[in-house]
Amino acid sequence: MADKKRIDEVTGVSTAGHEWDGIEELDNPMPRWWLWAFYASIAWGVVYVVLFPAWPLVHGATQGVLGWSSHGQFEKELAADQLKKAPIRAAIDRTPIEQIPDNPALFEAAVEGGRSAFKVHCVQCHGSGAAGGKGYPNLNDDDWLWGGNIAEIHYTIAHGVRNPDHDKTRLSQMPAFGRDGILQPEEVSDVVSYVRLISKQEQASPSAQRGAKIFADNCAVCHGTRGEGNRQFGAPKLSDAIWLYGGDRDALTASVTNARYGVMPAWGARLDPVTIKMLATYVHALGGGEALPDKATARPAAAGKATQDVKD
Amino acid sequence: MSKIDSTDPAPALFEARHKVFPKAVDGTYRRLKWAVMIVALGIYYATPWIRWDRGTYAPDQAVLVDIAHRRFYMFSIEIWPHEFYYVAGLLIMAGIGLFLVTSAVGRAWCGYACHQTVWTDLFVHVERFIDGDRNAQIKLQRAPWGPGKLARRVLKHAIWLTISILTGGAWIFYFADAPGLLRDLLHGSAPVVAYATIGVLTATTYIFGGLLREQVCIYMCPWPRIQTAMTDEKSLIVTYKHWRGEPRTHGLKKASEEAAPGSEAKFGDCIDCLQCVQVCPTDIDIRQGPQIGCITCALCIDACDRVMGQIGRPRGLIDYATEIDCELEMRGEQPVPVIKRLLRPRTLIYFGLWCAIGLAMLFALGTRTRVDIAANADRNPVFVRLSDGSIRNAYLVKLRNMQSRPRTMTITLEGLPGGAMWQESETRAQAARSLRLDVPADQVLKERIYVVAPAQGPAREDFVFAVQAGDSAKEKAQDDESFVRPEVGQ
Repeated sequence: MADKKRIDEVTGVSTAGHEWDGIEELDNPMPRWWLWAFYASIAWGVVYVVLFPAWPLVHGATQGVLGWSSHGQFEKELAADQLKKAPIRAAIDRTPIEQIPDNPALFEAAVEGGRSAFKVHCVQCHGSGAAGGKGYPNLNDDDWLWGGNIAEIHYTIAHGVRNPDHDKTRLSQMPAFGRDGILQPEEVSDVVSYVRLISKQEQASPSAQRGAKIFADNCAVCHGTRGEGNRQFGAPKLSDAIWLYGGDRDALTASVTNARYGVMPAWGARLDPVTIKMLATYVHALGGGEALPDKATARPAAAGKATQDVKD
Repeated sequence: MSKIDSTDPAPALFEARHKVFPKAVDGTYRRLKWAVMIVALGIYYATPWIRWDRGTYAPDQAVLVDIAHRRFYMFSIEIWPHEFYYVAGLLIMAGIGLFLVTSAVGRAWCGYACHQTVWTDLFVHVERFIDGDRNAQIKLQRAPWGPGKLARRVLKHAIWLTISILTGGAWIFYFADAPGLLRDLLHGSAPVVAYATIGVLTATTYIFGGLLREQVCIYMCPWPRIQTAMTDEKSLIVTYKHWRGEPRTHGLKKASEEAAPGSEAKFGDCIDCLQCVQVCPTDIDIRQGPQIGCITCALCIDACDRVMGQIGRPRGLIDYATEIDCELEMRGEQPVPVIKRLLRPRTLIYFGLWCAIGLAMLFALGTRTRVDIAANADRNPVFVRLSDGSIRNAYLVKLRNMQSRPRTMTITLEGLPGGAMWQESETRAQAARSLRLDVPADQVLKERIYVVAPAQGPAREDFVFAVQAGDSAKEKAQDDESFVRPEVGQ
């Protein structure tokens, strides 16, 4: 089509040589600024290829003379972040767990740090909102198996529950009353009726009346005479509205027959002491945290000892 | 490349700029332009320095756009980000105001009030002060470079640059405490963005006002296109009355001969003195009729009126007139008085709209409360069952205290029978139907609030968080929320 090239009369510029339905294109030169920008970007590209990782090879890629990598940059930013957090982490490390809520700056940092640690280590069982599920306690409520003040929560997280490899762990075991033949199925049924009576889920019945006696003989030693529970053994309160494994007949019958054996890792063996403190502060601040028995005579020594143990 | 035939009437696709040397002129409209310029520049430079006492907790600058703290202060009015619709309203008013002005008096904005016009005018005056008037400027332009020309050029650009720096410098004072920022600027300790802003605005002022000038109006600015589309045959525009001026005579002498008694008056009033062209800042000939280059600065009216006075003819050969009146006048009929032309349905509707929006905004400003509440319910978990069987929901409540003094506010639960609430820092033992909170001056207080209610009730129950500022019965607000319970059977 080159033969169609001609000089346009109006502009004096050559046409590109092709034409569509009478429409022709002028072969204007590139604008100067555009051309220079194009050359500059070529030069830039050459410099970039030399300085930064660029050409893919069979294994990996060219490294670039600056030695930069996105992974390296990430490591650097992470290190910088840790350096920034170091002072507040050191302060949390120095402060006994009981006193962290009294210091607003420490408390805020601990709650935020605990929130992110919780998202990594705890959500698998307790859920992202810490609301738990069947067999995994809801940490937002006001019912605690092993104690709900900040020191007790800290101890539970650090040493775990029924953790076989850890001698300071929270430990207790309910007998499997049905499976081991301690109670006959009818007796189990009666004691379930009684438990449902004291938790106001059922009306009084002859079965519950019989169950009261069985309860007093077999259960009250841990769960209390009125089912008020005992935190020393992690024995749940049976007269309230919160059920870890369900409060209906079937779930209760299964619990009495086979017993339950909920476990939690000793996080003190896996995480550093500051993170454990942060987790305890976060969980305590979820809405159900209890006050220390006597704040004036808090037990920093005991808590300090617990931290020490975890470190060992 | 082929040679283009010089007789070919094909228009050039590119028109190289030829420098304009507008001649000085005095007259009614020139004085009006002076007044507008003084007022506009005065407002621009002085406003940030006006002080306004707002007490301990707010800045004492009358007009301040506090971007860092997200507040806009305008004398006694303080606007928060969520009230930005007031600014939107002002912009709408500005838009309708432009419609109104344009439909009534054409491109008056371009001719008198536009910053491009005002600063270009200022720069042109500086140029005249250094180089002399039109003829001297042209002479100097053509003169070879020498010490005298160099000195004048350096001085002129130095003054232009000074004005430009002051222009950019004044802008930043709207965004920070002016005296403090000036101190920091001079000490070199102001934020980088302040210097960068001054730099950018210095460059734009210098380039637009000193170098580009009328090219901004003719090629860059969209307003001329929009405004010419908004004028109609009843809008006042600067017009040459050709039926009166044509055919032209040439020169004063001939004009007086024509006017002499006994001669046959076969010539019009225009003596082709070119004064109207020489004073024009955009270098157009108004006698060719209305055109895109005309910013209606009316300096040609001043120039022509002076000449008409000198040759003893009535003023107004070039004048503000509407197209429709021009036609009337051409036919020898009496034109409609200007004031009657201005009062027509189109302008009145614009004016009505403009006033209605203004009044609505004033009403909204007068009746707005300076307290607000917004609650955000926890979504994970949505509810928590407590050991006594009752249900707890949590809310992140935000209390806005939009006055510049600390206030005590009372939040009350409305609805939700049996419900009670407590702050995160308290315990359930302190639960109550209402809470008192101290909200710092001019701030938002975020407070996590637990609400507990009996398990019996609908799965989703609506209630209201009502807030009342302690010191005024009028200062109250509310937020509609819902309380969530487990579905029955769960």
